[in-house]
Amino acid sequence: MIIEARNVVKSFGQTPALRGASIAAGAGEIVAVMGPSGSGKSTLLHCLAGILTPDAGEVWFAGQRLDTLREVQRSELRRDRFGFVFQSGQLVPELTAEENVALPLLLSGTRRAAAVAEARAWFGRLGLDGLGNRRSGELSGGQAQRVALARGLVTGPQVLFADEPTGSLDSVSGEMVMSLMTGAAREQGTTVILITHDARVAAYADREIIVRDGTVGSLTGATPAPGPAR
Amino acid sequence: MSVPLTLLGLLEREPSHGYDLKRDYDTWFGRGKPLPYGQVYATLSRLARDGKAIAGPAEHGEGPDRKRYAITEAGIAAVEQWLSEPAPPEPHLQTVLFSKVVLALMLGRPADHYLDTQRAAHLQRMRELTRLKEGGDLMDTLLADHGLYHLEADLRWIDHTAARLGMLAQVVHQ
Repeated sequence: MIIEARNVVKSFGQTPALRGASIAAGAGEIVAVMGPSGSGKSTLLHCLAGILTPDAGEVWFAGQRLDTLREVQRSELRRDRFGFVFQSGQLVPELTAEENVALPLLLSGTRRAAAVAEARAWFGRLGLDGLGNRRSGELSGGQAQRVALARGLVTGPQVLFADEPTGSLDSVSGEMVMSLMTGAAREQGTTVILITHDARVAAYADREIIVRDGTVGSLTGATPAPGPAR
Repeated sequence: MSVPLTLLGLLEREPSHGYDLKRDYDTWFGRGKPLPYGQVYATLSRLARDGKAIAGPAEHGEGPDRKRYAITEAGIAAVEQWLSEPAPPEPHLQTVLFSKVVLALMLGRPADHYLDTQRAAHLQRMRELTRLKEGGDLMDTLLADHGLYHLEADLRWIDHTAARLGMLAQVVHQ
Protein backbone atom coordinates (compact mmCIF):
# COMPACT_ATOMS: atom_id res chain seq x y z
CA MET A 1 0.00 0.00 0.00
CA ILE A 2 1.27 3.44 -0.91
CA ILE A 3 -0.97 5.33 1.50
CA GLU A 4 -2.94 4.17 4.51
CA ALA A 5 -4.91 5.49 7.45
CA ARG A 6 -5.24 3.18 10.45
CA ASN A 7 -7.99 3.80 12.98
CA VAL A 8 -7.73 7.54 12.60
CA VAL A 9 -9.62 9.65 15.13
CA LYS A 10 -10.10 13.38 14.69
CA SER A 11 -12.35 15.83 16.48
CA PHE A 12 -12.95 19.53 16.08
CA GLY A 13 -13.61 20.78 19.57
CA GLN A 14 -16.32 18.55 21.01
CA THR A 15 -17.42 17.39 17.57
CA PRO A 16 -15.98 14.10 16.40
CA ALA A 17 -15.28 13.97 12.65
CA LEU A 18 -13.47 10.64 12.41
CA ARG A 19 -14.05 7.81 14.89
CA GLY A 20 -11.47 5.24 13.88
CA ALA A 21 -11.43 5.40 10.11
CA SER A 22 -9.18 3.10 8.12
CA ILE A 23 -8.41 3.19 4.42
CA ALA A 24 -5.57 1.87 2.29
CA ALA A 25 -4.78 2.46 -1.38
CA GLY A 26 -2.22 0.71 -3.53
CA ALA A 27 0.18 2.32 -5.98
CA GLY A 28 -1.67 3.42 -9.08
CA GLU A 29 -5.06 2.65 -7.58
CA ILE A 30 -8.01 5.04 -7.91
CA VAL A 31 -10.23 4.97 -4.83
CA ALA A 32 -13.45 6.92 -4.53
CA VAL A 33 -14.45 8.05 -1.04
CA MET A 34 -18.21 8.47 -0.81
CA GLY A 35 -20.61 9.22 1.98
CA PRO A 36 -23.24 11.68 3.17
CA SER A 37 -22.44 15.32 3.87
CA GLY A 38 -20.64 15.70 7.18
CA SER A 39 -19.63 12.03 7.32
CA GLY A 40 -15.93 12.86 7.56
CA LYS A 41 -14.80 12.38 3.94
CA SER A 42 -12.86 15.61 3.66
CA THR A 43 -11.35 15.23 7.13
CA LEU A 44 -10.15 11.77 6.15
CA LEU A 45 -8.57 13.19 2.99
CA HIS A 46 -6.90 15.99 4.95
CA CYS A 47 -5.48 13.49 7.43
CA LEU A 48 -4.17 11.25 4.63
CA ALA A 49 -2.58 14.25 2.91
CA GLY A 50 -0.89 15.46 6.10
CA ILE A 51 -2.89 18.67 6.15
CA LEU A 52 -4.50 17.68 9.46
CA THR A 53 -2.87 15.70 12.25
CA PRO A 54 -5.08 12.96 13.71
CA ASP A 55 -5.85 12.93 17.43
CA ALA A 56 -5.24 9.18 17.41
CA GLY A 57 -4.40 6.50 14.89
CA GLU A 58 -1.71 6.42 12.25
CA VAL A 59 -1.18 7.61 8.68
CA TRP A 60 1.42 5.91 6.53
CA PHE A 61 2.82 6.96 3.17
CA ALA A 62 5.28 4.84 1.18
CA GLY A 63 6.33 2.91 4.27
CA GLN A 64 6.83 6.06 6.32
CA ARG A 65 4.73 7.26 9.27
CA LEU A 66 3.33 10.57 8.08
CA ASP A 67 1.33 11.81 11.04
CA THR A 68 4.36 12.01 13.33
CA LEU A 69 6.43 14.10 10.92
CA ARG A 70 7.08 17.74 11.69
CA GLU A 71 4.98 20.25 9.77
CA VAL A 72 7.92 21.29 7.60
CA GLN A 73 8.45 17.69 6.52
CA ARG A 74 4.78 17.18 5.81
CA SER A 75 4.79 20.38 3.82
CA GLU A 76 7.65 19.05 1.69
CA LEU A 77 5.75 15.81 1.13
CA ARG A 78 2.65 17.68 0.05
CA ARG A 79 4.70 19.79 -2.33
CA ASP A 80 6.86 17.07 -3.86
CA ARG A 81 4.94 13.81 -3.60
CA PHE A 82 1.28 14.76 -3.48
CA GLY A 83 -0.98 16.61 -5.90
CA PHE A 84 -4.27 18.31 -5.12
CA VAL A 85 -7.39 19.17 -7.08
CA PHE A 86 -10.28 20.92 -5.37
CA GLN A 87 -13.87 21.62 -6.32
CA SER A 88 -13.33 25.12 -7.64
CA GLY A 89 -9.88 24.96 -9.19
CA GLN A 90 -8.43 27.54 -6.83
CA LEU A 91 -6.08 28.91 -9.45
CA VAL A 92 -3.99 31.93 -8.55
CA PRO A 93 -5.89 34.70 -10.37
CA GLU A 94 -2.83 36.92 -10.88
CA LEU A 95 -0.97 34.18 -12.77
CA THR A 96 -1.58 32.88 -16.28
CA ALA A 97 -2.83 29.33 -16.71
CA GLU A 98 0.66 28.25 -17.72
CA GLU A 99 2.22 29.87 -14.66
CA ASN A 100 -0.38 28.24 -12.45
CA VAL A 101 0.58 24.82 -13.77
CA ALA A 102 4.30 25.56 -13.46
CA LEU A 103 3.89 26.84 -9.88
CA PRO A 104 4.43 23.53 -8.01
CA LEU A 105 7.60 22.91 -10.01
CA LEU A 106 8.89 26.42 -9.30
CA LEU A 107 8.20 25.94 -5.59
CA SER A 108 10.19 22.71 -5.72
CA GLY A 109 13.19 24.55 -7.16
CA THR A 110 12.84 23.70 -10.84
CA ARG A 111 14.29 26.40 -13.10
CA ARG A 112 11.66 28.62 -14.64
CA ALA A 113 12.33 27.64 -18.27
CA ALA A 114 12.15 23.94 -17.45
CA ALA A 115 9.04 24.40 -15.31
CA VAL A 116 7.21 26.31 -18.02
CA ALA A 117 8.23 23.74 -20.66
CA GLU A 118 6.91 20.95 -18.45
CA ALA A 119 3.70 22.89 -17.83
CA ARG A 120 3.20 23.47 -21.56
CA ALA A 121 3.35 19.75 -22.24
CA TRP A 122 0.30 19.30 -20.03
CA PHE A 123 -1.75 21.78 -22.01
CA GLY A 124 -1.66 19.53 -25.06
CA ARG A 125 -2.44 16.44 -23.02
CA LEU A 126 -5.51 18.00 -21.45
CA GLY A 127 -6.92 19.68 -24.54
CA LEU A 128 -5.92 23.17 -23.40
CA ASP A 129 -3.79 24.21 -26.35
CA GLY A 130 -3.76 27.97 -26.88
CA LEU A 131 -5.02 28.78 -23.36
CA GLY A 132 -1.65 29.04 -21.58
CA ASN A 133 -1.61 32.82 -21.42
CA ARG A 134 -5.13 33.23 -20.11
CA ARG A 135 -5.85 34.05 -16.51
CA SER A 136 -8.38 32.10 -14.49
CA GLY A 137 -11.12 34.68 -15.10
CA GLU A 138 -10.78 34.12 -18.82
CA LEU A 139 -11.32 30.36 -18.61
CA SER A 140 -14.58 28.41 -18.49
CA GLY A 141 -15.19 26.28 -15.41
CA GLY A 142 -14.19 23.12 -17.25
CA GLN A 143 -11.04 24.71 -18.65
CA ALA A 144 -10.04 26.08 -15.25
CA GLN A 145 -10.53 22.68 -13.67
CA ARG A 146 -8.36 21.05 -16.33
CA VAL A 147 -5.66 23.64 -15.59
CA ALA A 148 -6.02 22.76 -11.90
CA LEU A 149 -5.71 19.09 -12.83
CA ALA A 150 -2.53 19.80 -14.79
CA ARG A 151 -1.17 21.69 -11.78
CA GLY A 152 -2.02 18.71 -9.57
CA LEU A 153 -0.24 16.24 -11.81
CA VAL A 154 2.68 18.26 -13.17
CA THR A 155 5.14 17.14 -10.50
CA GLY A 156 4.36 13.48 -11.18
CA PRO A 157 2.93 12.98 -7.68
CA GLN A 158 2.63 9.55 -6.14
CA VAL A 159 -0.79 10.43 -4.76
CA LEU A 160 -3.35 12.85 -6.16
CA PHE A 161 -6.01 14.03 -3.72
CA ALA A 162 -9.14 15.21 -5.48
CA ASP A 163 -11.94 16.71 -3.36
CA GLU A 164 -15.17 16.93 -5.38
CA PRO A 165 -13.18 17.80 -8.53
CA THR A 166 -16.30 18.01 -10.69
CA GLY A 167 -18.59 19.52 -8.07
CA SER A 168 -18.89 22.87 -9.81
CA LEU A 169 -19.02 21.59 -13.40
CA ASP A 170 -21.83 20.58 -15.72
CA SER A 171 -22.08 16.89 -16.53
CA VAL A 172 -20.23 17.02 -19.86
CA SER A 173 -17.32 19.11 -18.51
CA GLY A 174 -17.22 16.92 -15.41
CA GLU A 175 -16.94 13.79 -17.50
CA MET A 176 -14.10 15.29 -19.49
CA VAL A 177 -12.22 16.18 -16.31
CA MET A 178 -12.76 12.71 -14.84
CA SER A 179 -11.72 10.95 -18.02
CA LEU A 180 -8.56 13.06 -18.29
CA MET A 181 -7.78 12.69 -14.59
CA THR A 182 -8.11 8.93 -14.48
CA GLY A 183 -6.36 8.53 -17.85
CA ALA A 184 -3.38 10.65 -16.80
CA ALA A 185 -3.21 9.05 -13.36
CA ARG A 186 -3.19 5.56 -14.81
CA GLU A 187 -0.54 6.58 -17.32
CA GLN A 188 1.67 8.01 -14.56
CA GLY A 189 0.88 5.28 -12.05
CA THR A 190 -0.47 7.92 -9.68
CA THR A 191 -2.73 6.81 -6.85
CA VAL A 192 -5.90 8.90 -6.67
CA ILE A 193 -7.98 9.48 -3.55
CA LEU A 194 -11.18 10.90 -4.98
CA ILE A 195 -13.85 12.40 -2.76
CA THR A 196 -17.22 12.61 -4.41
CA HIS A 197 -20.90 12.38 -3.61
CA ASP A 198 -21.62 11.67 -7.27
CA ALA A 199 -21.89 7.97 -8.13
CA ARG A 200 -21.22 8.65 -11.82
CA VAL A 201 -17.91 10.26 -10.85
CA ALA A 202 -17.09 7.44 -8.43
CA ALA A 203 -17.63 4.97 -11.27
CA TYR A 204 -14.33 6.15 -12.79
CA ALA A 205 -12.53 4.71 -9.76
CA ASP A 206 -11.31 1.15 -9.28
CA ARG A 207 -13.35 0.84 -6.10
CA GLU A 208 -15.26 2.88 -3.57
CA ILE A 209 -15.32 3.20 0.17
CA ILE A 210 -18.26 4.61 2.06
CA VAL A 211 -17.65 6.88 5.04
CA ARG A 212 -20.47 7.08 7.57
CA ASP A 213 -20.37 8.89 10.89
CA GLY A 214 -16.60 9.08 10.80
CA THR A 215 -15.93 5.43 10.08
CA VAL A 216 -15.40 3.51 6.87
CA GLY A 217 -18.64 1.60 6.46
CA SER A 218 -18.12 -0.88 3.70
CA LEU A 219 -15.72 -1.73 0.96
CA THR A 220 -16.86 -2.49 -2.54
CA GLY A 221 -15.43 -3.00 -5.96
CA ALA A 222 -12.64 -4.82 -7.66
CA THR A 223 -9.54 -6.12 -6.00
CA PRO A 224 -6.91 -3.44 -6.32
CA ALA A 225 -4.74 -3.96 -9.35
CA PRO A 226 -1.04 -3.79 -8.64
CA GLY A 227 0.26 -0.47 -9.90
CA PRO A 228 3.67 0.25 -11.33
CA ALA A 229 6.53 0.31 -8.86
CA ARG A 230 7.51 3.81 -7.90
CA MET B 1 -37.75 -1.17 -28.06
CA SER B 2 -40.22 -1.78 -30.88
CA VAL B 3 -38.41 -3.75 -33.56
CA PRO B 4 -41.22 -3.43 -36.17
CA LEU B 5 -41.46 0.35 -35.83
CA THR B 6 -37.68 0.73 -35.77
CA LEU B 7 -37.36 -1.28 -38.99
CA LEU B 8 -40.19 0.76 -40.45
CA GLY B 9 -38.32 3.93 -39.52
CA LEU B 10 -35.22 2.66 -41.27
CA LEU B 11 -37.37 1.97 -44.33
CA GLU B 12 -38.63 5.54 -44.30
CA ARG B 13 -35.03 6.65 -44.67
CA GLU B 14 -34.66 4.57 -47.86
CA PRO B 15 -36.06 1.37 -49.36
CA SER B 16 -33.89 -1.58 -48.32
CA HIS B 17 -33.37 -5.30 -48.57
CA GLY B 18 -33.80 -7.36 -45.43
CA TYR B 19 -30.06 -7.92 -45.24
CA ASP B 20 -29.32 -4.19 -45.29
CA LEU B 21 -32.03 -3.49 -42.73
CA LYS B 22 -30.57 -6.04 -40.35
CA ARG B 23 -27.09 -4.56 -40.80
CA ASP B 24 -28.34 -1.02 -40.11
CA TYR B 25 -30.41 -2.15 -37.13
CA ASP B 26 -27.46 -3.99 -35.60
CA THR B 27 -25.17 -1.01 -36.22
CA TRP B 28 -27.41 1.59 -34.66
CA PHE B 29 -29.57 -0.27 -32.18
CA GLY B 30 -28.25 -3.83 -31.73
CA ARG B 31 -25.38 -3.08 -29.32
CA GLY B 32 -24.40 -6.65 -28.65
CA LYS B 33 -27.86 -8.03 -29.36
CA PRO B 34 -28.07 -8.50 -33.13
CA LEU B 35 -31.44 -9.08 -34.73
CA PRO B 36 -31.89 -12.65 -36.04
CA TYR B 37 -32.47 -12.83 -39.80
CA GLY B 38 -35.65 -14.80 -39.22
CA GLN B 39 -37.10 -12.01 -37.12
CA VAL B 40 -36.22 -9.42 -39.77
CA TYR B 41 -38.01 -11.27 -42.57
CA ALA B 42 -40.98 -12.26 -40.39
CA THR B 43 -41.38 -8.62 -39.32
CA LEU B 44 -41.15 -7.37 -42.91
CA SER B 45 -43.83 -9.87 -43.96
CA ARG B 46 -46.15 -8.63 -41.20
CA LEU B 47 -45.51 -5.00 -42.10
CA ALA B 48 -46.36 -5.80 -45.73
CA ARG B 49 -49.48 -7.70 -44.65
CA ASP B 50 -50.61 -4.70 -42.59
CA GLY B 51 -50.06 -2.31 -45.50
CA LYS B 52 -47.21 -0.43 -43.79
CA ALA B 53 -44.55 -1.64 -46.19
CA ILE B 54 -44.58 -3.01 -49.67
CA ALA B 55 -42.27 -5.61 -51.16
CA GLY B 56 -40.83 -5.03 -54.61
CA PRO B 57 -40.40 -7.79 -57.19
CA ALA B 58 -37.90 -10.56 -56.45
CA GLU B 59 -34.45 -9.61 -57.68
CA HIS B 60 -32.38 -12.42 -59.09
CA GLY B 61 -28.70 -12.50 -58.23
CA GLU B 62 -25.93 -14.88 -57.25
CA GLY B 63 -27.57 -15.81 -53.95
CA PRO B 64 -31.22 -16.41 -53.13
CA ASP B 65 -33.79 -14.06 -54.64
CA ARG B 66 -34.12 -10.78 -52.71
CA LYS B 67 -36.91 -8.28 -52.31
CA ARG B 68 -36.50 -4.59 -51.71
CA TYR B 69 -39.01 -3.23 -49.20
CA ALA B 70 -40.37 0.30 -49.21
CA ILE B 71 -42.51 2.11 -46.65
CA THR B 72 -46.10 3.07 -47.51
CA GLU B 73 -48.08 6.17 -46.50
CA ALA B 74 -49.68 4.10 -43.71
CA GLY B 75 -46.20 3.09 -42.58
CA ILE B 76 -45.00 6.71 -42.51
CA ALA B 77 -48.06 7.64 -40.44
CA ALA B 78 -47.32 4.80 -37.99
CA VAL B 79 -43.70 5.92 -37.57
CA GLU B 80 -44.78 9.52 -37.09
CA GLN B 81 -47.32 8.58 -34.44
CA TRP B 82 -44.80 6.38 -32.62
CA LEU B 83 -42.14 9.10 -32.56
CA SER B 84 -44.59 11.66 -31.23
CA GLU B 85 -45.73 9.51 -28.29
CA PRO B 86 -43.74 9.56 -25.05
CA ALA B 87 -42.45 6.21 -23.82
CA PRO B 88 -44.10 5.08 -20.56
CA PRO B 89 -42.24 6.70 -17.66
CA GLU B 90 -40.55 4.03 -15.57
CA PRO B 91 -39.88 2.54 -13.13
CA HIS B 92 -43.14 1.46 -11.56
CA LEU B 93 -43.72 2.42 -7.97
CA GLN B 94 -43.56 -1.09 -6.53
CA THR B 95 -39.96 -1.94 -7.23
CA VAL B 96 -38.05 -5.01 -6.16
CA LEU B 97 -35.74 -2.77 -4.15
CA PHE B 98 -38.62 -1.34 -2.17
CA SER B 99 -40.21 -4.75 -1.58
CA LYS B 100 -36.98 -6.24 -0.31
CA VAL B 101 -36.35 -3.40 2.12
CA VAL B 102 -39.86 -3.55 3.58
CA LEU B 103 -39.84 -7.34 3.81
CA ALA B 104 -36.42 -7.36 5.48
CA LEU B 105 -37.71 -4.91 8.10
CA MET B 106 -40.90 -6.94 8.62
CA LEU B 107 -38.87 -10.08 9.15
CA GLY B 108 -36.36 -8.41 11.45
CA ARG B 109 -33.56 -8.95 8.99
CA PRO B 110 -30.77 -6.46 8.28
CA ALA B 111 -32.23 -4.14 5.66
CA ASP B 112 -29.16 -1.90 5.86
CA HIS B 113 -27.00 -4.84 4.85
CA TYR B 114 -29.24 -5.48 1.86
CA LEU B 115 -29.01 -1.82 0.85
CA ASP B 116 -25.21 -1.93 1.11
CA THR B 117 -25.09 -5.06 -1.04
CA GLN B 118 -27.38 -3.47 -3.59
CA ARG B 119 -25.32 -0.27 -3.56
CA ALA B 120 -22.16 -2.27 -4.27
CA ALA B 121 -23.86 -4.10 -7.16
CA HIS B 122 -25.09 -0.83 -8.63
CA LEU B 123 -21.66 0.79 -8.34
CA GLN B 124 -20.03 -2.23 -9.95
CA ARG B 125 -22.41 -1.98 -12.90
CA MET B 126 -21.75 1.76 -13.11
CA ARG B 127 -18.01 1.05 -13.29
CA GLU B 128 -18.61 -1.39 -16.15
CA LEU B 129 -20.69 1.14 -18.07
CA THR B 130 -18.08 3.83 -17.46
CA ARG B 131 -15.36 1.56 -18.94
CA LEU B 132 -17.65 1.02 -21.93
CA LYS B 133 -17.86 4.78 -22.39
CA GLU B 134 -14.11 5.23 -22.12
CA GLY B 135 -13.45 2.83 -24.98
CA GLY B 136 -16.54 3.53 -27.04
CA ASP B 137 -17.89 5.90 -29.63
CA LEU B 138 -20.63 8.47 -29.11
CA MET B 139 -23.38 5.87 -29.59
CA ASP B 140 -21.86 3.65 -26.88
CA THR B 141 -21.39 6.66 -24.64
CA LEU B 142 -24.98 7.86 -24.86
CA LEU B 143 -26.37 4.37 -24.36
CA ALA B 144 -24.13 3.84 -21.36
CA ASP B 145 -25.15 7.25 -20.01
CA HIS B 146 -28.80 6.21 -20.16
CA GLY B 147 -28.00 3.23 -17.96
CA LEU B 148 -25.77 5.27 -15.67
CA TYR B 149 -28.42 7.90 -14.98
CA HIS B 150 -30.99 5.21 -14.14
CA LEU B 151 -28.57 3.47 -11.81
CA GLU B 152 -27.70 6.79 -10.22
CA ALA B 153 -31.38 7.42 -9.53
CA ASP B 154 -31.61 4.03 -7.81
CA LEU B 155 -28.53 4.82 -5.78
CA ARG B 156 -30.01 8.11 -4.61
CA TRP B 157 -33.09 6.23 -3.50
CA ILE B 158 -30.90 3.67 -1.72
CA ASP B 159 -29.04 6.41 0.18
CA HIS B 160 -32.26 8.24 0.93
CA THR B 161 -33.88 5.06 2.27
CA ALA B 162 -30.78 4.01 4.22
CA ALA B 163 -30.98 7.31 6.07
CA ARG B 164 -34.63 6.63 6.97
CA LEU B 165 -34.53 2.94 7.86
CA GLY B 166 -35.30 3.60 11.51
CA MET B 167 -38.44 5.55 10.65
CA LEU B 168 -39.50 2.97 8.08
CA ALA B 169 -39.02 0.15 10.60
CA GLN B 170 -41.38 1.93 13.00
CA VAL B 171 -44.02 2.26 10.27
CA VAL B 172 -43.67 -1.38 9.24
CA HIS B 173 -44.04 -2.62 12.83
CA GLN B 174 -47.00 -0.41 13.76
